[in-house]
Amino acid sequence: MKISISKIIIFSFIIFFLSVFWLGLKIDNNYDTKSLIGSKISNFHITEINNENQYISEEDLRKNKYTLINFFASWCAPCRAEHKYLLSLSNQNKRIKIIGINFKDKKINANNFLKDLGNPYNFVGKDTDGKISISFGIYGIPESILVNNELTVIKKIIGPIDQVQFEDVLKIIQ
Amino acid sequence: MLSNIGVALLLLVLILSFLIIYNSSLELKTSSQSIRKNIYQLSLFQITFTVLSFFTLIIGFINSDFSLINVYENSHTAKPLFYKIAGTWGNHEGSLLLWVNILVIFSYLFLIFNHTHNKKFRLYTLIFQNILILGFLFFLLLNSNPFNSIYPVPAEGLGLNPILQDPALAIHPPLLYVGFVGCSIYFSAAMASLLSSYAGKLFAQSIKTWVKISWCFQTLGIIVGSIWAYYELGWGGFWFWDPVENASLLPWFAITALMHSLIVLEKRNTLYSWVIILCLSTFILSVTGTFLVRSGILNSVHTFASDPSRGIYILSFLSFMIFSALIIFFTKYKKENYNFNLKSRETFILANNWFMVFFLVTVLIGMLYPIFLDVLTNVKISVGPPFFNIVIIPLAIPLMFLMAIGPKFSWIKSQNKFFYKILFLILGAIIINLFIFYFFGKYSLLSNLIFIAAIFLILYSLLDIKNIFNKKNKFKLPRVTSHLSFGFLVFFIGINYQFSLEEDFNLKVGEIKETNNYEINFEEIKIKENKNYKAVIGNFKLTNLKSNLVQYLNPEIRIYSNPETLTYEAAIKTRVTSDLYLTMSNVSRSDYYNIKFQKKPFMIWIWISALMISLGGFIQLILKKNEN
Repeated sequence: MKISISKIIIFSFIIFFLSVFWLGLKIDNNYDTKSLIGSKISNFHITEINNENQYISEEDLRKNKYTLINFFASWCAPCRAEHKYLLSLSNQNKRIKIIGINFKDKKINANNFLKDLGNPYNFVGKDTDGKISISFGIYGIPESILVNNELTVIKKIIGPIDQVQFEDVLKIIQ
Repeated sequence: MLSNIGVALLLLVLILSFLIIYNSSLELKTSSQSIRKNIYQLSLFQITFTVLSFFTLIIGFINSDFSLINVYENSHTAKPLFYKIAGTWGNHEGSLLLWVNILVIFSYLFLIFNHTHNKKFRLYTLIFQNILILGFLFFLLLNSNPFNSIYPVPAEGLGLNPILQDPALAIHPPLLYVGFVGCSIYFSAAMASLLSSYAGKLFAQSIKTWVKISWCFQTLGIIVGSIWAYYELGWGGFWFWDPVENASLLPWFAITALMHSLIVLEKRNTLYSWVIILCLSTFILSVTGTFLVRSGILNSVHTFASDPSRGIYILSFLSFMIFSALIIFFTKYKKENYNFNLKSRETFILANNWFMVFFLVTVLIGMLYPIFLDVLTNVKISVGPPFFNIVIIPLAIPLMFLMAIGPKFSWIKSQNKFFYKILFLILGAIIINLFIFYFFGKYSLLSNLIFIAAIFLILYSLLDIKNIFNKKNKFKLPRVTSHLSFGFLVFFIGINYQFSLEEDFNLKVGEIKETNNYEINFEEIKIKENKNYKAVIGNFKLTNLKSNLVQYLNPEIRIYSNPETLTYEAAIKTRVTSDLYLTMSNVSRSDYYNIKFQKKPFMIWIWISALMISLGGFIQLILKKNEN
């Protein structure tokens, strides 16, 4: 193949197109929630799923060294996949409390979900219309937010917790 | 269980592809004239296993086997059987399996039907096609396996997105896939042609039928998608210049250009390099479209299937395809001399190509510009219908004139004897346009020109049809059918655009609204329980105040339970001259409903003309078969 100017132009054009596509893949089309890390959560007030009068607030979070807030729903398949990591977190480790926020779900389905797979949560809050989750910048579940006793967000996990994320959380709370 | 069977079948196909490539490369060196039997046998095994794997997945869906994640995420026991089956390809993983199926089926059919052609050419085609099969098979197995299992097995599935539960949408993906993935075979054939120097006329004959098949299915698939958008999305429109619609248009422009220049290559043995470029770019554009849609770079109604990790794989494979195509093309490229008489038919066919390339570039720019801007400068914009309408519509005017006149110029050189006929028909078109303009309403100069051009194309093609029946020269029928229908399509879209009525208002039960000669009486609301959804049905009495004709329209709001979704079903009364279109949606915390009422002239004729365009292609396939 002889090299000529026109060929160089065609090749550079195509390389340019492909690299823009490649960069395009890295752009987050949704708003970026990573900026949440380091910020403090406020106005935290969530009612219990089975008991309207019981709730959890910022004061309760301050009592725990670490709190993992996990957004889940019975209809979400990846939530099932991450469930075993939540269970082992709650069983092994006393330094962390787990709060589940039940996202756009029916009460009966959520309770059955926890009955079938086990309940890793110290508290299950309800978020029937999804508004609380939106204020946390959740755009798909499962998602989890790790906060310390000063209510600062240390880590945000988008998507199901896997082995890597699980070990990462353990490392943080040691 | 099904999971293991499915994965095992796919692995067998994978091994067979390697074997076919290996055996074909060995076979290239032998001197015999025909291809050894074992390659045919391997291909037969390959197609059998591929089709079986697809049926395995269908069985999973029919039996609601939720041990497969794919079935669990996209199906539900309460779904009607038809949509259980359609659910197979209504998701990313399943549709990719369909993709691999079509690659394999075309590979096999090309091998057995083209036995008269050069052996080396066929072997190279088989090798390239199998490289494509391998590429997509790896993607399927590593990233998007439809046979992944889930444990513990859930008792119930999540259900298919309700807006996809629709007969038009059930057949839309298979049609488009035959169209788009079918292009792969002449991508492979073009590469093979370059390597085996099997060029010119014979090459054109070998891929002609395949180009036509995929053109017909692409056209049909795009139309079905558009019909679905019309009655399901509830906006009353049928073409939105949505990024995904645009993605489907790109290969369509390329293949339409290809179909025309292939005629020149076959008849005059010239334009070979250009035909090769079109063959290569049609499939490359199909894959680019898939990449843009599946990677989530573009947002649209099809984002049900988006995921960036898929994007990286498709993009890598796409780059591999483009660079290998370019390198092989440039290594083998030979300069051709083009000696065309300005008034010959080749010139007009080339003119078609210029138009198609122009449309292609316009749509490509409109589609990619927002992505580029976002990536390079972080500015978010969207390019909408105004851009496409301004750039594309004016060009349709000369295109339609050429579509009428072009085919009439005989090969090489033509006389001026058509001149008076053309002049006479243009005059006729102007008079008809003036009539519409005067009696039905005013419109812009541009619209006038569009109408004149469309009517001219219609008149000219009707004369052609008369000649065809007089001379019994049926081989021109497909072309005239498609061109005539295109004229009608533009004409009816123009009328529809100019004379549509649209009213938007709020009503509650018992109220009456008068608008544009219609009285709309919101009589009652009914609630109906169906198998997998609950419907809120409005009963509207529509009285035409001029003719006193009474009609009832029943738009619905459907509340699906799995997954919980609201959809709005338009009530459409289709008549010969116009569609009445009514949608209702609830206004939260009030008794009022938002009503959108539209009267759209000649809607049914838009669909008929569009379907007739693809019918032209099918007629040609049938005629060709009879000829052989």
